[in-house]
Amino acid sequence: MNSNEALFNYTLRLGDTSLILAQRLSEWTGHGPFLEEDLALTNIALDILGRGKSLLEYAAQIEGKGRSADDLAFFRNEREYFNALIVEQSNGDYAKTMLRQAFIDCFDLLFYTELAKSKDSVLAGIAAKSVKEITYHKRHSFSWIKRFGNGTEESASRLQHAFDELWQFTGELFEMTETDTILIKENIAVDLATLKPMWEKEIQELLREAHINIPETTFMQKGSRQGLHTEYLGFILAEMQTLPRMHPTAKW
Amino acid sequence: MSDNQGQLWEVFVQKKSGQPFVHCGNVHAFDKEMALQNARDVYTRRNEGMALWVVLSTAIVASSPEDIGSFFEPANDKIFRHPTFYQIPDGVGHM
Repeated sequence: MNSNEALFNYTLRLGDTSLILAQRLSEWTGHGPFLEEDLALTNIALDILGRGKSLLEYAAQIEGKGRSADDLAFFRNEREYFNALIVEQSNGDYAKTMLRQAFIDCFDLLFYTELAKSKDSVLAGIAAKSVKEITYHKRHSFSWIKRFGNGTEESASRLQHAFDELWQFTGELFEMTETDTILIKENIAVDLATLKPMWEKEIQELLREAHINIPETTFMQKGSRQGLHTEYLGFILAEMQTLPRMHPTAKW
Repeated sequence: MSDNQGQLWEVFVQKKSGQPFVHCGNVHAFDKEMALQNARDVYTRRNEGMALWVVLSTAIVASSPEDIGSFFEPANDKIFRHPTFYQIPDGVGHM
């Protein structure tokens, strides 16, 4: 793998994670728990979609084979997607959507703050813009987790259930491959090992406030770095890609 | 959608530092932090402001329509309360 291929893989991975998360969150549009919250989550989905678009545009440019961001989004199959497994997990109830979001927001704020210092000026620029957005997303999701944990018996048990489903997908966020190794040497990529203790500390504090206990050891799922996914991604892509695949030349 | 949307909060937006906070509408929320976040998402998505106040609607004390006569109409014939009522002697110049 040369460094251009590594940069493409890296940018694609980040773009895919943003795109699939935005697609998942946008499923809530019109179905939020109440109007203001519906609008809040739709805003967040749109921020993340915007980041995904910038990243996929840059990935297309790095690849230099004439593919556009739309081509990357709509004409790749499951095995060619490299989004983190956690973002493709089903929305479930609002506790699950918010806990998934809290895990990701905490990771993303640490990650994009570091990426803003990248030697690659395009990635650094996208990251710097994202940091402000993510700071707000995190404030939003973290406050929901504290509310659920300290709310009613039902909200606490739903949060616990969400935790039991999602925790196994958090380990993979820190997995690094040859792509990372090559780009860390060039001061382009973020060393995920350095983020892990910071993420764990913040999440432990949040979960303690929400009265959730983190198990000592858990089996952690992985596979997305190799394009291996859970059963959900295929359905997401089917819905997202139907229109452009049926009418590839459609414009609006 | 839930039928319980929390309490009603009034939202005031300040366009720029130093300017007054202007009432722009209301939001539903279950606590102060949620009220502030909802106000941000509903009323400042298009650069409408740089600062926000949210106040529980029940904390606002309002006059009622029946008060119009006793509260406001007595001011109608007191034109001497306007500065323009007074003629300023020429020698004073601009005030």
